[in-house]
Amino acid sequence: MASWGEASESRLIGKRITRLSGKDKVTGKAKYTFDINEPGMLYGRILRSEVAHATVMGVDMSEAEALPGVKAVIPLIEVDKKVRYQGQEIAAVAAETDDIAKDAIRLIRVDLEELPHVVTEEDAMAAGAPEIRDWAGNQSEPGVREEGNIEEGFAEAAVEVEATYHTPVQTHVCLETHGHVAKWEDNQNLTVWASTQGVFGVRNDFAQRFELPANQVRVITEHMGGGFGSKFGPGLEGHTAAELSRITGKPVKLMLTRKSEHLVAGNRPSMTQKVRAGATSDGRLIAYDMKGYGTGGISSGAGFTGPYVYYVPNSRTERFNVATNAGNQRAMRAPGHPQGAFAMDSLMDELAEKLGMNPLEFRRINDPNEVRQAQYTLGAQEIGWHRRNNVAGSGTGVKKRGIGVGSGQWGGGGGRGTEARVTINADGTVEAVTGTQDIGTGVRTVIAIIVAEEFGLDTTDIRVKVGDSQPGLPSGGSGGSQTTPSVAPVIKTAAAAAKQKLFERIAPLLDAPVADLRVGTGTIYAVSDRTKTITWQQATGQLGMESISEGGTWEEDLRQNGAAGTQFAEVEVDTQTGAVRLIKIVAVQDCGLAINRLTTESQINGGVIMGLGQALLEERFMDPVTGRMLNANLEDYKVPGTFEIPEIKSIVFDTHRKVTGVGEPPCIPTPGAIANAVYNAIGVRIRSLPITPDKVLDALAEKKA
Amino acid sequence: MPEKEKKQGTNISRRNFLKGVGTGTVAATVAPSVLIGSEKAADAQTGDAVASATIQLNINGETYQVEVEARTTLLTVLRDGIDTGGNNIDLTGAKLICDRGECGGCTVMVDGKSVYACMMLAMDAQGKQITTVEGLADGENLHPVQEAFIKHDALMCGFCTPGFVVASAALLGENANPTLEEIKIGLSGNTCRCGTYPFIFDAVKTASQKM
Repeated sequence: MASWGEASESRLIGKRITRLSGKDKVTGKAKYTFDINEPGMLYGRILRSEVAHATVMGVDMSEAEALPGVKAVIPLIEVDKKVRYQGQEIAAVAAETDDIAKDAIRLIRVDLEELPHVVTEEDAMAAGAPEIRDWAGNQSEPGVREEGNIEEGFAEAAVEVEATYHTPVQTHVCLETHGHVAKWEDNQNLTVWASTQGVFGVRNDFAQRFELPANQVRVITEHMGGGFGSKFGPGLEGHTAAELSRITGKPVKLMLTRKSEHLVAGNRPSMTQKVRAGATSDGRLIAYDMKGYGTGGISSGAGFTGPYVYYVPNSRTERFNVATNAGNQRAMRAPGHPQGAFAMDSLMDELAEKLGMNPLEFRRINDPNEVRQAQYTLGAQEIGWHRRNNVAGSGTGVKKRGIGVGSGQWGGGGGRGTEARVTINADGTVEAVTGTQDIGTGVRTVIAIIVAEEFGLDTTDIRVKVGDSQPGLPSGGSGGSQTTPSVAPVIKTAAAAAKQKLFERIAPLLDAPVADLRVGTGTIYAVSDRTKTITWQQATGQLGMESISEGGTWEEDLRQNGAAGTQFAEVEVDTQTGAVRLIKIVAVQDCGLAINRLTTESQINGGVIMGLGQALLEERFMDPVTGRMLNANLEDYKVPGTFEIPEIKSIVFDTHRKVTGVGEPPCIPTPGAIANAVYNAIGVRIRSLPITPDKVLDALAEKKA
Repeated sequence: MPEKEKKQGTNISRRNFLKGVGTGTVAATVAPSVLIGSEKAADAQTGDAVASATIQLNINGETYQVEVEARTTLLTVLRDGIDTGGNNIDLTGAKLICDRGECGGCTVMVDGKSVYACMMLAMDAQGKQITTVEGLADGENLHPVQEAFIKHDALMCGFCTPGFVVASAALLGENANPTLEEIKIGLSGNTCRCGTYPFIFDAVKTASQKM
């Protein structure tokens, strides 16, 4: 059975190792898709509808075509067809400079006949609302699930809570917008630099779209500036870049604008859920009845979890999608979980209070997960749980502090489908190649750590090549926190196979059985007779003109599914301004074996920070009158900045020696923990994210009245 | 191109491309019936001349001569500019992210001070010393801020990193030993979406001790 070995035997695995790409990233040398400057390259731009719902009556591109420096103008929608959200594509241009492309876009005349639109869930569900897709009343068929017997459950309940929880649409805000640089050679071979989370998926998509053999499309993603679930396919903008390049015979760079990134590049759907739940007098969650909906814009997919994490024997849930004239939702970091967790953890605290029970104790009774049970103890110590207000809002003074807790659960067990090669050259150099991509999680370094550990080398001795479909070593997309658990086992077994081959070559030289050989630090020796030692260079020198190159297999024993997490938040609420200041967040995150503890901590920090943005700042504002997004920029759409960052204690809770992905789970418990801390501080519950000062002041005023 | 080779290539015509547009939810509304617009490639025709000028910029200690329009930003010159000798300037470390002076991804130093290169016109940068992230290191010796960013893993995807590195270096140039609160204020003009802030704060602190 394959194994990662004991922690005590690991020289690199589980340690804090700096990133291989660090130097390129801090010196500006790292080239992202956005940074590709090909000779003769043109700049593409897309004209988009500013109207949320309309019929296209005409598109006149003649003035744009006539502008000096414009090389191509193509339509992206046909006359008589409808646009169904602000930002939908109308036409595209390619020009010698980006400024000319901008000018050309302005010269395209579009004749739109406006149709009534609905951009909020309320408007979409209102009686007499215009139906904007094939759903009666703009609502999809509800999905209903039942477990146990809800009536019997409520009959057993000593306390009940009924509440409505809401989270708004969030956008991903990838700092590198979605985009591509496309380059054709002889109309036959297409090379695309893509800002993507899935190099091979994008390659296959382009091959299909342009009717090319897959081996004539090359997709390169050396570095990419954030995806968070929104960058799996090339999208229309990718196809358009390739089409503009095909027509003009020149490379074309087409990156979305910041505004378009908000409008059309995906979003986390909203959630509104009305829940009634009951608990027994001894603190058992006994019944849960929930009806909820969300909008993913014109698309479906607005799901969320509920009930969440805690065991409830009797439940009934009903969920449906609401169609609005807004851009499609896409997977966003732990899709469905943070919003569901916020509602569930808020509900848990409300029930606990009615029971007169400590909310942590109430969780201990109802949480079947053993890992989280241990995390509750550790997290409570780290935050100082005993300091919380026994009576919510009982603190004195203008600024009141409170402490709260929230929980999360994720899979992250990886899967098959990664091919990799580890090659040892006669000069001692080592290459590790696979078709995965480093979306910022540091998988490049993870690969180097595994290979270096296996060979007794340093990470900097390993040349790692990822983010290119050209070597023909496929790997899956980086989603579901699957990258490391999918890739690591294959790299490990490939490296082990290559090492075995090397041992077989040098065993006669050392006059020792192959099974006796071990790697030291830059050496290979016989464990039975330590005088039989040669350096790595001497060993590989035996290969002469050959190299050793081995593939690997995805050994299931090397990874594990399931990552539990718990977070504790301490906040300070200014009761005069309504501002919530985060004091501290403790994140206890299960991740199995953390191959690189340093980058794992980075991931946990990052998840917490995205979670606190959802809790306190982020919301897409749609204007019901004009049908437009009001804050499609980085000024009015608030993402966390330096001032919002509290002390964050990220605890890598590695419970076993198997790899589990950790990209998504740390963003799940944060909003619930913060919401509960705010309640503990001021004694008024905010059931709608983000918890902005206006909501706090309203709630405080209501409490007073 | 020989006919034989051509057949191995894509068979997509422009009409076919439009047909395939919007294979997602839009597909229902796009029927392959009517094609709009011109089938011919766009030709440049006469238009009003745009005011432009040839200027000299001092970037990372080197002088670049470049033709710019009045509206050309410093960032555009750094990233996309072609000098009068026909060479790409290609200093792509500074990024265009928000395009409105909000996120700091394009931060460069102008006469030692942090400046958003997306908000400065290239013409206004004449006669000033411009330092980009590419110009911070002394040959192979990284700037202490760069060293500290690597050591503390003060980056993930890295797209915002050049802006943060330059802003941090400028901050330490003005305040050699900032407190955590001063670091937060000094870097408040920069945005990171991956959430690297805690390690950035650590890195700036470490760098301040080394400088």
